[in-house]
Amino acid sequence: MASAKYSLPPLPYAYDALEPSISAQIMTLHHTKHHQTYINNLNATLASQATATSKQDIVASLHLQNALNFNAGGHINHTLFWENLVPASSPNAQPTAAPKLAAALTAHFGSLEKFQEKFTAMLLGLKGSGWGWLVQDTETGNLELTTSRDQDIVPVGKKPILGVDFWEHAYYLQYLNDKASYAKGIWKITNWKVLEARYESGYEGVFGPLAGLRSSI
Amino acid sequence: MSATLFRTSTAARSALRAGAATRAASAASTSFVRGKATLPDLPYDYGALEPTISGKIMELHHKNHHQTYVNSFNTATEQLQAAESKQDIAAQIALQPVINFHGGGHINHTLFWENLAPSKNGGGGEPAGQLKTAIETSYGSLSSFKTKFNAALAGIQGSGWAWLVKDTETGQVQIRTYANQDPVVGKYKPLLGIDAWEHAYYLQYQNRKAEYFSAVWDVVNWKTVEKRL
Repeated sequence: MASAKYSLPPLPYAYDALEPSISAQIMTLHHTKHHQTYINNLNATLASQATATSKQDIVASLHLQNALNFNAGGHINHTLFWENLVPASSPNAQPTAAPKLAAALTAHFGSLEKFQEKFTAMLLGLKGSGWGWLVQDTETGNLELTTSRDQDIVPVGKKPILGVDFWEHAYYLQYLNDKASYAKGIWKITNWKVLEARYESGYEGVFGPLAGLRSSI
Repeated sequence: MSATLFRTSTAARSALRAGAATRAASAASTSFVRGKATLPDLPYDYGALEPTISGKIMELHHKNHHQTYVNSFNTATEQLQAAESKQDIAAQIALQPVINFHGGGHINHTLFWENLAPSKNGGGGEPAGQLKTAIETSYGSLSSFKTKFNAALAGIQGSGWAWLVKDTETGQVQIRTYANQDPVVGKYKPLLGIDAWEHAYYLQYQNRKAEYFSAVWDVVNWKTVEKRL
């Protein structure tokens, strides 16, 4: 297999641009340290996998699956997360930037507020590190809420529309154990324009240049 | 440990002293008040583990995180009792993950506080006696054991704990990791637990978790670990 080297995508905004919802210190550490570490470990895992494949060492390949799932997932999830956030001052931080998705959410959940309440409650129910997602089932077209643990990506057949990182490193320096305030604050910096584009996009399109990586885990 | 995890009512305590099993006492008397889980006091001050673990981390970890596990466990056990009294089996099953998580969180943190100590008051140093022998039998030396334990901590993908446990079937000690708040139960007996959740170190060490794992040995209470063997 190709030993593609992945690199850290630049943030589409400054580290302090999401304040006061997420502090510059959190964003800097989260992007330059945590996300970078997933990428470093992903590249190392891919190199080990290339070696195992060239030696036809199936046992070694299988043992690497766990590390691949974790680190490729970490890279994909964080990439999706940065993209679906935006400074609160942007017009894209308003649900009006996603007319079709907002209509579908209202139809499905009763109102945008009810959707947001359910999403927040789902995040607060996570037991340990993980992510909360709004996804669209690619067969039925239905909108669904789901969680993934640790760095698992959303399951096959579910197209991610909104992902929120609920690892403690995503909020602890600012919110400490008050994770509910972090969860509620996300709605001020949600990039509805990106959500609308994902809602309208095909499955592979959501993952962009990482579609190949996604299909490998 | 159970004595520190629960504070039962006076009536319940005398029933227990009389030798009645909790469940039997509960069935025998409708006035029986089941003990609530309560937050145990720390055996040292919040700042006592500095500089290894900051006072702010210890205070939040104990007063907020551990307390939340205790509260949520009590809520879940009340719901379980209600489901039991209604003979609602589906509801009893649905509560199991919540009880595992919050009950595990309570047990794990209680063991963790006990197996730490300020370095001027028993923390750090080396294990002695049978514990030393058991660790050397499994891992060759204390230093090799610590290296492997730290690697196990670093390898946790997400939130969780690393433990030195005793296999009650073989009598040997070994390192095991557990996800989230999964408690050490079954054939393994917990000896030494280190919390690898980010809330255990992030305010002080941020993403440099390896530094926390290396430093925590300065405040390990080996005497407590030895007593658990």
